[in-house]
Amino acid sequence: MQIRDRVIEIIAEQAVLEPSDVTMDSTLESLGIDSLGLVESIFAIEEAFDISVPFNANEPEQSDFDISTVAAIVDGVEKLVKEQT
Amino acid sequence: MKKVVITGAGTINSLGQSVPDTLEAMREGRCGIGELEFRDVDRLAIRIGGQVKGFEPEKRFNRQQLSLFDRFTQFTIVAAREAVAQSGLEFSGELAARAGVVLGNSGGGMTTLDENYRTVYEDGKNRVHPFVVPKLMNNAAASHLSMEFNLMGPSFTVSTACASSNHAMAQAFQMVHGGMTPVMITGGSESMLCFGGVKAWEGLRVMSRDGCRPFSANRNGMVQGEGAGIFVFEEYEHARRRGAEIMAEVAGFAMTSDASDIVMPSKQGAARAISGAMADARVNPEEVGYINAHGTGTAANDKTESAAVADVFGAHADALMISSTKSMHGHLIGATGAVELLACIMAVRDGVIAPTIGYEEPDPECALDVVPNEARERHVDVALSNAFAFGGLNAVLALRRVSRN
Repeated sequence: MQIRDRVIEIIAEQAVLEPSDVTMDSTLESLGIDSLGLVESIFAIEEAFDISVPFNANEPEQSDFDISTVAAIVDGVEKLVKEQT
Repeated sequence: MKKVVITGAGTINSLGQSVPDTLEAMREGRCGIGELEFRDVDRLAIRIGGQVKGFEPEKRFNRQQLSLFDRFTQFTIVAAREAVAQSGLEFSGELAARAGVVLGNSGGGMTTLDENYRTVYEDGKNRVHPFVVPKLMNNAAASHLSMEFNLMGPSFTVSTACASSNHAMAQAFQMVHGGMTPVMITGGSESMLCFGGVKAWEGLRVMSRDGCRPFSANRNGMVQGEGAGIFVFEEYEHARRRGAEIMAEVAGFAMTSDASDIVMPSKQGAARAISGAMADARVNPEEVGYINAHGTGTAANDKTESAAVADVFGAHADALMISSTKSMHGHLIGATGAVELLACIMAVRDGVIAPTIGYEEPDPECALDVVPNEARERHVDVALSNAFAFGGLNAVLALRRVSRN
């Protein structure tokens, strides 16, 4: 499965939606994911790809990991997975 | 109702292993936060904390005690010995039968849990020490304290995460206030600075890797601490008759529940607890000179707490001082309210306001006088101590200055 599809699957599960309802330009807010849901999604992403995501809930905007849209999250995960190999 | 006063205090925390040492560190704005030292710390992303260093339990306890006392119990007993010695009380006869102990604690014997999980999971052993259960249970500290001083009255442990100590001290206050007992030993203790304890907190992603900077615009999370704060709460006439030295009056308290979210704080819940404590103590908002903030250094807490204080106090919010001593000793979780009550005692007794250290950039959402970086000398009649726990459980205590003759 592609990274993109797996990330969407994780986010969809957290939002209790079908993966087809999650588009690349969706924001977590628009999907109804709150701060706890965000932290859980990041944990699930870390587990799925065996990576460590630099994210501090106190300063989401300043973290090296962009969470503004689903596309940004997918980009970030792709970069981290690449860095790791 | 009976008037309740504090006639003894004791502590151990990363700033000092006694009340005088701790208050001196707070006056000087010293930081007790540093590199954590324990097994497997290299597997943690968060490696700083307000850890108690240079503590030698072998010198304080005998062999049997050491085999039964988790670190949080050790902290409790050390702090209680200081508090009871200062009070000058001896517990025998009717006083022993009526006096008890209420402690706040959140994690229980975390070090004991951590070590023994390692034994069975990591080392694959099938046998653990026989005292694991009595060592790790949350009430172990309260029970050993009752044994140490022969306290046979109402005794138990309160667990409300970061508000545990304030809830515990509120119970002790009510018991003395209502005439159930002339003396209660109270406060709290915590020791979560072990691999499993910090790893669990790491998961929430609210911890700072570099320091605790409450109310500062560049704050980036909380830093854990450990230790204990123990107090002797005594009925005023009882204390006066025996000529005890009175540190402060416990004037009132209030507790509320947000009933909204398991981790996010609520301005309304905090505000109701603050105004409730003032109503219970029968003080006007204008009499409050100092608030020891919950001030965790997270984005969410500090702005919510600032907004709650602004709402409750109106124009007076700009006149009062509010500081977070967590910047110095870290967040002691279940013990935090107890250690922070020391800063309130220092304010009303000594007229010295502990600073918020690590303050670097003003945050428009925390626009209060947070006593940045340097302690201040001011006369304070009433001080409040805020504690707002995960789970939305809030507890605020009010202390009043006792004029000395």
